[in-house]
Amino acid sequence: MEAIRQLGQYATLLYHALRSILEFSIYRKNLFQEFVKIGYESIPIIMLTGVFTGAVLTLQTAYQLDTDFYPASIVGSIVGQSIIIELAAVIGALVLAGKVGARISTEIGTMRVSEQIDALESMGFNSVTFLVIPRVLSGIFMFPVLYVIAAVTGILGGLLAGSLDGILPAAEFMQGAREFFFPEDVVFGVVKSFVFGFVITSISSFKGYYASGGAEGVGNATTQATVLSCIYVLLSDFVLAALLL
Amino acid sequence: MIEIKNLSKSFGENLVWENIKFDISDGETLAIIGKSGCGKSVLLKHLNALLYPDKGEVVIDGYKLFELSYAELRKIRQKFGILFQGGALFDSINTFENVAFPLRYFTNLGELEIRKKVEKALEMVNLIGSGDKPTSALSGGMRKRVGLARAIILEPEYVLYDEPTSGLDPQTSEEINDLIIYMSEQLEITSIVITHDMHSVLQIAEKVMFLDQKKLSWHGTIEEMKSSTDESLLDFIKASEYQI
Ligand SMILES: Nc1ncnc2c1ncn2[C@@H]1O[C@H](COP(=O)(O)OP(=O)(O)OP(=O)(O)O)[C@@H](O)[C@H]1O
Ligand SMILES: [Mg+2]
Repeated sequence: MEAIRQLGQYATLLYHALRSILEFSIYRKNLFQEFVKIGYESIPIIMLTGVFTGAVLTLQTAYQLDTDFYPASIVGSIVGQSIIIELAAVIGALVLAGKVGARISTEIGTMRVSEQIDALESMGFNSVTFLVIPRVLSGIFMFPVLYVIAAVTGILGGLLAGSLDGILPAAEFMQGAREFFFPEDVVFGVVKSFVFGFVITSISSFKGYYASGGAEGVGNATTQATVLSCIYVLLSDFVLAALLL
Repeated sequence: MIEIKNLSKSFGENLVWENIKFDISDGETLAIIGKSGCGKSVLLKHLNALLYPDKGEVVIDGYKLFELSYAELRKIRQKFGILFQGGALFDSINTFENVAFPLRYFTNLGELEIRKKVEKALEMVNLIGSGDKPTSALSGGMRKRVGLARAIILEPEYVLYDEPTSGLDPQTSEEINDLIIYMSEQLEITSIVITHDMHSVLQIAEKVMFLDQKKLSWHGTIEEMKSSTDESLLDFIKASEYQI
């Protein structure tokens, strides 16, 4: 029952957002701020995540495969494709659910409990236009960019780990990766990260927007926002794989 | 003109108040008094449809507030300036920008005119030179005054003040009271002031609403209040006089 009520509330919030999406002048300034906060400021953590994911994946793949039977370049193929199809998007999104999602729900939740949202509304502003739209749009636009960064650094990480650990030379890694590089995999990854960007920013905005009960309420909203974001990222990952692969 | 008709509100099981009926004429200054937690702030938020009642209506200049479309509601809301109890300052921008905020979005004024207006408003609330401060660097009383400057910057028809003087020193309180009187007399603004402070009630208000026991327990003019024999009202006034 509570779940259905919340779903209704979430849908209503999105409907309101969609209806006022053309009031660009209201949220223009916030949009550029959010591009920076969600996109630009996430680059370091995304690069770090990418490099380590690629590196670990390379070591583990080499360990699991008996390379006497396969050409060593197969490690590059497996690592490259796994990163592009799945890992860059999903691990990136899970990290960003913590970083971006928590910030959004805390920020909007604090504005709710300190009556800043009431103040906006009382001035005749549509607070949804002002607060939710720029965050969700930034998520939708920036997550694919972050995905590409994660994928590139992931493959670089794999390549580095492979050559530093003496598993296979960089050239062979790249050759393997190239053999199994399909542009449609990148499209799939971009679509995924687009969806993840929407899921995380919209759920976090929603939880913050309806927070109540002081600092504790904001804390609860943020916990729920990150947990739900992670759950729905994994769920939508599964659904997209079933639909598109 | 604000008409409050049979308004009732509860949060879940908790009844806040019921059956409130009251009219507020244009240009009037009304004080809403009552114990902490009796629902004064909740009532104020109903006047702007920031909260919706369980029953009843609020009619503003002939428009039934709770039946308006969102677009119409936004127009009505622009007639109001509200000072929230905690100031409700936007903490992502500094003090100056908080006061300038409505001007930037709802007028076509140039930067120079905005600066002039904001500085004048900050001067009115005795905060010259604090414009550059981040809102987190302001004291409680300063936040309130910035909130007040922001509420009146567009010279609205109605100003709702939620405890404008609580947490202020007596001298600043006096100045804020003078400002409220100035606003209502010179600019003919309709003012609704929530306060615990009987001293300010006597100074600024023409009419008084007393919320008690989950209802509008007493209302009348200042003169009527002075000669009232209503027991709970007298208790309330007596208790607050000890605070002064
Ligand atoms: N959003 C809310 N959800 C649930 N209960 C609420 C909410 N807002 C207010 N209340 C309850 O409504 C009652 C009235 O609250 P309100 O803030 O209007 O009191 P008040 O008269 O303004 O008190 P004070 O003088 O201390 O500011 C309180 O019991 C409060 O707990
Ligand atoms: Mg209050």
